[in-house]
Amino acid sequence: MKNVAESALQQPKPGIPVLSPDELETPPLSLGQLTWRRFRRHRMAIFGTVVLFLIVIYAFGGMLVFSEADANRTETGNSLQPPSWEHPYGTDTIGRDILARTIYGGQISIIIGITAMLVELILGVSIGALAGYFGGKLDSILMRTTEAMLVIPQIFLLLVIARYFAQSIPNIKLMGRTFSGSVLVIIFVIGITSWPYLARIVRAQFLSVKENDFILAARATGTSTRDIIFRHILPNSSAPIIVSATLSVAAAITLEAYISFLGLGVRPPTATWGNMLEGAYNYIETAWWLWFFPGLLIALTVLSINFLGDGLRDALDPHSRAV
Amino acid sequence: MADAQPAPSIDTPPLVQVDQLKKHFPIRQGLIIEREIGSVKAVDGISFSIQRGETLGLVGESGCGKTTAGRTILGLYPMTAGKVLITGISLENATKEQMKLFRRKAQIIFQDPYASLNPRWTVSAIIGEPLRVHNLLPNEKARDERVHELMLKVGLSPRLINRFPHEFSGGQRQRIGVARALAVNPLFIVCDEPISALDVSIQAQVVNLLEELQDEFTLTYLFIAHDLSMVRHICDRVAVMYLGIIVELAERNELYENPLHPYTQALLSAVPIPDPKKDRERRRVILSGEIPSPINPPSGCRFHTRCPVAIEQCKLDVPEWREITPGHWTACHLVTNQ
Amino acid sequence: MNQERILEVNDLCTRFHIAEGTVYAVNGISFHLNHGETIAVVGESGCGKSVTMMSVMRLIPIPPGEIASGQAFYEGRDLLKLSESEMEDIRGKDIAMVFQDPMTAFNPVLTVGRQLGEPLRVHLGMNKEEINQRSIELLEQVGISDPAQHLVDYPHQFSGGMRQRAMIAMALSCSPSILIADEPTTALDVTIQAQIVELVLRIRQQMNMAVIWITHDLGVVAEIAERVLVMYAGFIVEEAPVDDLYENPRHPYTQALLAALPRVDRRRDKRLQSIPGAPPNLLVAPKGCPFMQRCQFAFDRCRDEMPPLFQVGLNHQAACWLDVTTGMER
Repeated sequence: MKNVAESALQQPKPGIPVLSPDELETPPLSLGQLTWRRFRRHRMAIFGTVVLFLIVIYAFGGMLVFSEADANRTETGNSLQPPSWEHPYGTDTIGRDILARTIYGGQISIIIGITAMLVELILGVSIGALAGYFGGKLDSILMRTTEAMLVIPQIFLLLVIARYFAQSIPNIKLMGRTFSGSVLVIIFVIGITSWPYLARIVRAQFLSVKENDFILAARATGTSTRDIIFRHILPNSSAPIIVSATLSVAAAITLEAYISFLGLGVRPPTATWGNMLEGAYNYIETAWWLWFFPGLLIALTVLSINFLGDGLRDALDPHSRAV
Repeated sequence: MADAQPAPSIDTPPLVQVDQLKKHFPIRQGLIIEREIGSVKAVDGISFSIQRGETLGLVGESGCGKTTAGRTILGLYPMTAGKVLITGISLENATKEQMKLFRRKAQIIFQDPYASLNPRWTVSAIIGEPLRVHNLLPNEKARDERVHELMLKVGLSPRLINRFPHEFSGGQRQRIGVARALAVNPLFIVCDEPISALDVSIQAQVVNLLEELQDEFTLTYLFIAHDLSMVRHICDRVAVMYLGIIVELAERNELYENPLHPYTQALLSAVPIPDPKKDRERRRVILSGEIPSPINPPSGCRFHTRCPVAIEQCKLDVPEWREITPGHWTACHLVTNQ
Repeated sequence: MNQERILEVNDLCTRFHIAEGTVYAVNGISFHLNHGETIAVVGESGCGKSVTMMSVMRLIPIPPGEIASGQAFYEGRDLLKLSESEMEDIRGKDIAMVFQDPMTAFNPVLTVGRQLGEPLRVHLGMNKEEINQRSIELLEQVGISDPAQHLVDYPHQFSGGMRQRAMIAMALSCSPSILIADEPTTALDVTIQAQIVELVLRIRQQMNMAVIWITHDLGVVAEIAERVLVMYAGFIVEEAPVDDLYENPRHPYTQALLAALPRVDRRRDKRLQSIPGAPPNLLVAPKGCPFMQRCQFAFDRCRDEMPPLFQVGLNHQAACWLDVTTGMER
């Protein structure tokens, strides 16, 4: 069956004189193009991507409709109003417009998701790569550390660290927005408690890719270790890293929701979908609009990311022969 | 130059000289602290030399250590003991600069056409990497031209320069591997089973290419293989390995027509001949048993456990490596005793 | 069906439907196997030799596979029309298969004894005692020493050669009338290969079993076959008794293949004759002779029409428009 794909590029058109067998007639398909084709077939993944795209537009484009002040303006007289024309999602316990808060809160939640993922990525890939490539004592030390971190429940770590440091950082002004410094703490905390998962995946990939002959060929060429790691092994490890990174955005958003819900996350008045849920705790039955909208958004986002991740996993898997 | 005999030049030192090379892989065990409890003696003392322009065949079955030997000779695995001298550079205590030079003089072609090329790199990047690493050409344009030239040399259309390995067939990928090895103008190339994974009709293409290149550039090959028919065709001299050591070494026709070591005899008789009449006529030596573990090679002569003509002495003494007739070496008590 | 024939395959066509299109793996081949005969099906990768036998055994996954047409008569029944349970009854009992990689063909978590006993249990209904005894006999028959001990071992504890012998033992357990061996020695060392070949030669005589040996190795074919089928791109291009094929190859592909082989028993005389180009793209429906692009004798008719098998000698057929001995077109 291997010969099929190979010889696919060698068939000259009939009637034309025999070309050299190395004259390929079909346009080249890079690995990227093949991956995209496989991805396209995954309907849930496309659905997830579209929904995600819409959510991002909602959260960031919404800035054009509502100002940050709108999200934070309190009108205690107008508190706990159900959805209406004026306030499509209703108002919260101190009269803030929930729709506007989901927009600005969404920005924070999404930013937390992505930046926490980046922190995790840098830490996880570095540690996993070093452990996987060098092996030996370095590997043992790094892996024992990783395993030690995995033993401690992540939520517990998050809560403890968040509790102590959430207050320490002052407000940040960025891109026309002002938000609580606790956002940074949360990002940092999620990142440094999530890297072990990725490190193990990266290490496994490095161990496996390292055994290929083309690595030996690179060494026989005289390629430096640095180049071997960054230019040879890393590009060939990208598939599981990409999938893991995508899913960890969802995980970060969920984690933020957990700890904010417990009151230890991002501090109000900065909104996140998570701390909006916290405010809704006492009103679950009486004011459903307090938790419904942020909850729905979290669920949709996480679900879409998961679909996207599934699609990526299948698309990037070189062994899948999807019909 | 497999057609003619290489001119015996007693005065010029051989291009490649290997002396009592050993490569052992330690086996470690332990929970917290790992201790070495034994080792896999993949290569356990081999010696040979290769003259410039010559092709030496290294044959043997799986587990005999030939692939390990090829890689250790190039310094890809650190050697456990022994000396390797190639183009005057000794691997034992080579400095970083010497190693860099070594990597330009000695290259390797691998067996697996699918694993030996980085699937994410274009042909241009793969063949051009040695040029980039050794800074052999001033700029990228010059490098591209050289890659062009190399592709033509190995019979690939230069139009394919920006394609990826998965778009090529096995035979074409091997050609890319050859082009990569040639990029630095090496003197010596280790061919590690370069055709084993290819179809029969493609094997001849690649072998012919290797021979043409050898003629053109006066290359020296160490041809590692298990296909004895192909080895007879392409090599000038042949060394037979068993369980980490060389048991026989001779000029090729001498080895195939007059094998002295019982293992060589068994090996040759086991090779199928594509000629039913001849095949029926010949005498077969069928070996019993399996290849022993290289962790614990048998005492005395390693082959004694499977040898159809082993005597008492074979269990006790390691046979001496001797030149029986000029150029024909072997280590066997029975042969020595005659 | 001829009384002598145990298997008769007519016009078998197998295709695979994959994302890139349709793979025309087997394109209308016909052959027969006589009682107690050993034939070899030889060809390079992608020629369809494995797919043919897997189709006959109905082991092709459907979808994406499709047996588009053909018949395979065994003892008066068309194997391609039987139900799956009827096929299960035949597989392992009447027709047995041995594969290339014994490691993956064995279940690593079950002992060899347990797996060896399975056909005995399922097809012959033997009890534990009988199975044990017969298993020991079988292992002895295939040359595995200390069989009782080895029955309780796991596949990974066996060496490659031993696993292949165990695989053969399993195949022989119900005394099949046909043994299909799909590249059984390709992954083995040459001395082990010699042992396995010698084993099969001995057994086929003892059991009067017909053997279909699939391989790409023309050397092994010379050792084991009585008759040879040469396949290329899903077609049979030549069929002949073994001596005749090697002495008088009549298809350009067979000739080229033999000329590309180095010899262990002869001094080298000249460069090997390589065959230019590569096998054709199986994703394109075959038109004309598949070997045309690489054939030094090709002419117009070869492009338009696939030649049928012409009789070129006693029991010797070749699918070529040219008579390669005279240079005349048919």
